Parts: sequence; structure tokens; C-alpha cells
Amino acid sequence: MEWSWSFVWEILPTLLEGVKVTIIATLLGSALALVVGLFVALARRSDNPFLSRGTGFLAEFIRGTPLLVQLYFLFYILPDLGLTLSPLVAGTIGLGLHYGTYTAEVYRAGIENVSRGQWEAAKACNLTTPQAWRHIILPQAIPPMIPALANYFIAMFKETPLLSAITVLELMNQARSVANFNYRYLEPMTLVGVFFLVISIISVIGLRALERRFGRLG
Amino acid sequence: MERWSGYFQLILDGALVTIELTLLGSLLALVMAFVAGLGRLSRNAAVRALATAYIEFFRGTSIFVQLFWAYFVLPLFGVSLTPLQAGVLALGLNVGAYGAEVVRGAVQSIGKEQQEACVALNLTRWQCLRHVIVPQAFVIMLPTFGNNAIELLKGTAVVSLISLADLTFQAQVVRAQTGNTMVPFITILLLYFAIASVISLSVRGLERRLTRGLDGVRS
Repeated sequence: MEWSWSFVWEILPTLLEGVKVTIIATLLGSALALVVGLFVALARRSDNPFLSRGTGFLAEFIRGTPLLVQLYFLFYILPDLGLTLSPLVAGTIGLGLHYGTYTAEVYRAGIENVSRGQWEAAKACNLTTPQAWRHIILPQAIPPMIPALANYFIAMFKETPLLSAITVLELMNQARSVANFNYRYLEPMTLVGVFFLVISIISVIGLRALERRFGRLG
Repeated sequence: MERWSGYFQLILDGALVTIELTLLGSLLALVMAFVAGLGRLSRNAAVRALATAYIEFFRGTSIFVQLFWAYFVLPLFGVSLTPLQAGVLALGLNVGAYGAEVVRGAVQSIGKEQQEACVALNLTRWQCLRHVIVPQAFVIMLPTFGNNAIELLKGTAVVSLISLADLTFQAQVVRAQTGNTMVPFITILLLYFAIASVISLSVRGLERRLTRGLDGVRS
């Protein structure tokens, strides 16, 4: 099969539409994962054993099962329960919840990374607990978290093609539909690969810069 | 209840396909991880470049793209794969690329004095790797390999999109035939979680066995 540049130019605008949706889904999913992760991490630190154990198990469950099945679950089962979500919303929630269980681990590692001595010093300086969080712990905990969080967002970006299974018109879905329509798979599939490779190489360069700037989570 | 038993059989068939994919994929991934991971540490620049290209390519493009490429584009070059072969190939190569970085990191984390000891004992590079470095590094790799295997298990759900009858695919079949979404999907979520738990428990067991007697030797 010959590579055809004219076909590439023909399908490029459609694929770029898909890239847009892919990026929107990644950004919204990342924002949700940041918030979900924070709540999961806080719930797991809670003194109430039901809350901490329950959240722990739930997070473990979400992390141990495929995102695709969770997306089907959100998209097909919630309507039975009377809550109908648009594909993109269901997809974003799925990505956010799934990766929220991963970002929770980053938060946990980041907080535990701050040594006990800092807490003791804060207490010795007569700071209240909120003050200690605000002025001592978080300023030290957050910078090393940033590259680790970015790492998961890049991983999430590479999982967005799953949204095509619940009919979101992202890059993969656009490519499949033009491929099926023209019965040519070589160019669309290769271009999708190229787009992913280019965007993830750029993000990895950004990630390295973040690591240099903020250091790595030890 | 009578009605469900046939459907449950379908889901069990799917579970077998998922387990088969996970095992074969992990096997390929393990081999690729060692080949590419050690390749990156090779003294030969060409081997290093090849290994780096493999790792960056498979980590940079998404598993879905690789799977669809293997299934839809390779036949155009005369290589026709069954869905199972395409699935094992894509999953194995993809997770192998992640594993390669684990192998490299673990090997590099073994102290330099071990290599110097090898030189002092007049071991060849291969002997040193085989008898001294890898046995120590493998213990460090294990927990991450366990996580990678679970990622691979989760990746197998994607092969349902290229019409391989795995757990997710069968759940869709049951959903289409019964109109009930809740039962098949909760069943397969539990099954996936059970398989993932088996993986993490066995990796933990293996880790305990391999580190027995090592307490205090390694920091």
C-alpha cells in the first residue's frame, strides 16, 4: 500500500478537530484528578477508620480495574439510574476518577516526604496546625509533587483514545471514522501515532524542565 | 437464575482470554524489558540508540494507537495477525518499553563496588551481569514489575475494541442480549479486581522469597 500525501492533507483538518477534543478531555480530566486526588488523600489520612479504610479500598479497586470498563459503567449504567451524561462529560469524569486515585498517592508521598522534624519545629514555634500546613508543610511538599503529577497527566493523555469507545469524537475516533469511510487505514492510524508521539515528546521535555526546577519526589 | 448461568459461562470464557492475554503479554514484556533495558546500558552505541528508539516510541505513542496499527495497518504490509496475536504483540511491546526503564534503573542502582568486585574476580561482563548484578537488581525490579503487570491486565480491556472476546467484550455481548448493564459490568469489574489482587499477592510472595536472608545486607 502506497503512502498518499494528498489523502493526508485531506484528512488533516478532521484529525486536528480530534486533537482539540483530546486536549480538552486531558485538561478537564487532569483538573478533576487534582481535586479527587486531594480528597482521597485527605480521607485516607482521616482518623475515622471507616472513612480511611473505605476510601483506601475504593481507590485500590479503581486502580485495579480497567479504565475502559469504568467508562462503560459511567456511560451505560448511570442512565439506568436516571443520570444521563454526555459522552465527553462521562469520559472526563472517568479519567478524573481513575487518575485521582493515582494523584492521591502523589499527594501522600509528597506530604510524607516532609520530615517529622518540620512538624515538631512548627509545634515548638507555637504554630497552630493550619498555620503549620500553610507555612511549613505545604510549601515543602508541593514542589516535588509537580513533576510526579505532570507524569500522570501525560499518562492520562495517552489513555484518552479510550473515550472513543463511548463515542467521544476525539483523535482516535476521528481517525477511525475517516479510515472506515475511505477504507484506508495506513495514513490515519500513522498520523494518530505521530500526533501522540509529538505531543508526548513535547510534554516529556516540559516534564524534565519541571524536574530540574522542582526536583524529584524521593 | 437459570437464565444467567449461560451468560455467566460467556463471561468465564472471557476471563480465560483475559488471563491468557495477560500471561502471554507479560512474558513478552519481560523479555523486551530485559533486552531493551540492558541494551540501553550496552557499550555499543548502535545498540543503545536502537533500544532508546524502541523505548521512546512505545512509551510515547499510546497503546491504542499501537494496537490499531498492529491490527489494521500491518496486514497492508502482508503481515496478518489474529486479534490475539495483535493484542499480545502490542501489549507486550508497550509494557516492555516501560519495563525496560525499570530494568535500567535497577541495574544502575547497584553500587559500583559490585562491578569492581567482578573485575577483581576476573569475571567477564556477561558473567558479572548474570551472576552478580541481575540477581540483586531483580529484587528491586519486582514491585514495579508487579505494577506493570496490573497495568497490562487493565490494558487487555482495550483488545475488546479489535473484536477479541475478552471479559469486556463478553460483558458487552451479555449487555446486548439481556439489556441488563449492571450485572455483567459489576461482575467483570469484580473479576478484574480479583485477577489484579492475585497478581499483586503473588508478586509480594515472590519478593518475600527472593529477599529471604538479605535483611541487613542491602540497605
